[in-house]
Amino acid sequence: MLKFTEDHEWLKIEGDVATVGITAHAAEQLGDLVFVELPDAGSTFEKGGEASTVESVKAASDVYCPLDGEIVESNQAIVDDPSLVNSDPTGAGWFFKLKLSNPSDADALMDETAYQAMIG
Amino acid sequence: MDTTADLLKTPLHSLHLELGARMMAFAGYDMPVQYPMGVMKEHLHTRAAAGLFDVSHMGQILIRARSGDVTDAARALEAITPVDVLGLKPGRQRYGLFTNDKGGLEDDFMVANRGDHLYLVVNAACKHEDLARIRTALSDSCEIEAQFGRGLIALQGPVAEAVLASYAPDAEDMLFMDVADLKIGGTPVVVSRSGYSGEDGFEISIPADETERVARLLLADDRVEAIGLGARDSLRLEAGLCLYGNDIDETTTPVEANLKWAIQKARRAGGEREGGFPGADVILNQFDTGPARLRVGLQPSGKAPVRAGAELYDSESGGAAIGTVTSGGFGPSVGGPVAMGYVPADLSAAGTTLYAEVRGKRLELAVSALPFVQTTYKR
Repeated sequence: MLKFTEDHEWLKIEGDVATVGITAHAAEQLGDLVFVELPDAGSTFEKGGEASTVESVKAASDVYCPLDGEIVESNQAIVDDPSLVNSDPTGAGWFFKLKLSNPSDADALMDETAYQAMIG
Repeated sequence: MDTTADLLKTPLHSLHLELGARMMAFAGYDMPVQYPMGVMKEHLHTRAAAGLFDVSHMGQILIRARSGDVTDAARALEAITPVDVLGLKPGRQRYGLFTNDKGGLEDDFMVANRGDHLYLVVNAACKHEDLARIRTALSDSCEIEAQFGRGLIALQGPVAEAVLASYAPDAEDMLFMDVADLKIGGTPVVVSRSGYSGEDGFEISIPADETERVARLLLADDRVEAIGLGARDSLRLEAGLCLYGNDIDETTTPVEANLKWAIQKARRAGGEREGGFPGADVILNQFDTGPARLRVGLQPSGKAPVRAGAELYDSESGGAAIGTVTSGGFGPSVGGPVAMGYVPADLSAAGTTLYAEVRGKRLELAVSALPFVQTTYKR
């Protein structure tokens, strides 16, 4: 089951590792992405830390780390082809895998119903 | 930011909403930033076929000499611009600049000789100040009519001529910077073969209450798509054209801005009507001595866009900033990031390696010739 943040990230949690990306809504709002900068494996972030940067034709935006943890893998495919984030945001367009410091913190995040209600 | 209720609307506002545009506040107007197609595809469509842009927010101003002789209006306008207006033949247009006493730029504009009057198009954000400037300087000798409610659209791209000619066959005979009275679907319009995309194309001035009808006629052609401000900006950046307020402002001179070409021989030192415009001493002196800094193209070597405001350095670490990026982003036709900015004149040669600081890192970029894409004007 996917979890969602108010900053429009999604998380797919398997054990203590979360695969993280941005939602279709966020991708649509950003427009055509032309550049993605991802964190290095081994780097650690706190919840809300600026883990990644995406740039559309017009503007740059930050992608925040949804929970405390350590990056275990980044998705080179979206660095090579940022348009994957627009075309498949919750599939091939994932950003990074995060080993959660406190997996139970994910319980406080929104489920899909709550996220859809938030974006209206 | 302005609330939507405070924003002005162009004659095409309801059409933008109908076409599904994402709207944003721009120069006091509620304007389309992009349509459902998206900025990238809109940009590429304009370079491949034709894009229709709403530029009705810009200011249209007519100047008529009280004497009835357009050369008197041209002579009067030359008191506030370094451009050769008197040498502009009827039916022709050129790029103009308003300067201040320090040689800085107050605005850029287009001016056409319409036979019995001058026709100016000025920037949206500057139009009221420009009108006041023109009234102050020219009211003794000229009638000045602001047409700020009138419609203005740009049709840009390689098939713009074919599309326009299907309604107004005479468009085919126009060359770059020609201006003519044409009719589209029976509506009299003023057409100039110009634009700000780097593509061949036309700007079409239309009575406000006919603007939507004319725009719909042009959009009815399958080769034409509505294009928003997002793609307009990336197109003009690839074309190396200045955006007033970013690349040029009241602190930059025409020489620094690499716009010497906009000051014709007649107004330069030794010309028939040398000087006589605000800041002439500063500007003409810079022609002689060369400016300390210069606007140049900048091509990042990596994939990361370098945006306006990024500071430029001449080394990969340490040292003081030597300049600033004034416009930057992703160029869809170039397929990578492109930028413009000011650098010291001795670092302005094409190929010079510089660095821009982006998110704490110095990214390598090369000074580049402008434009980034070949222009396709029909000369």
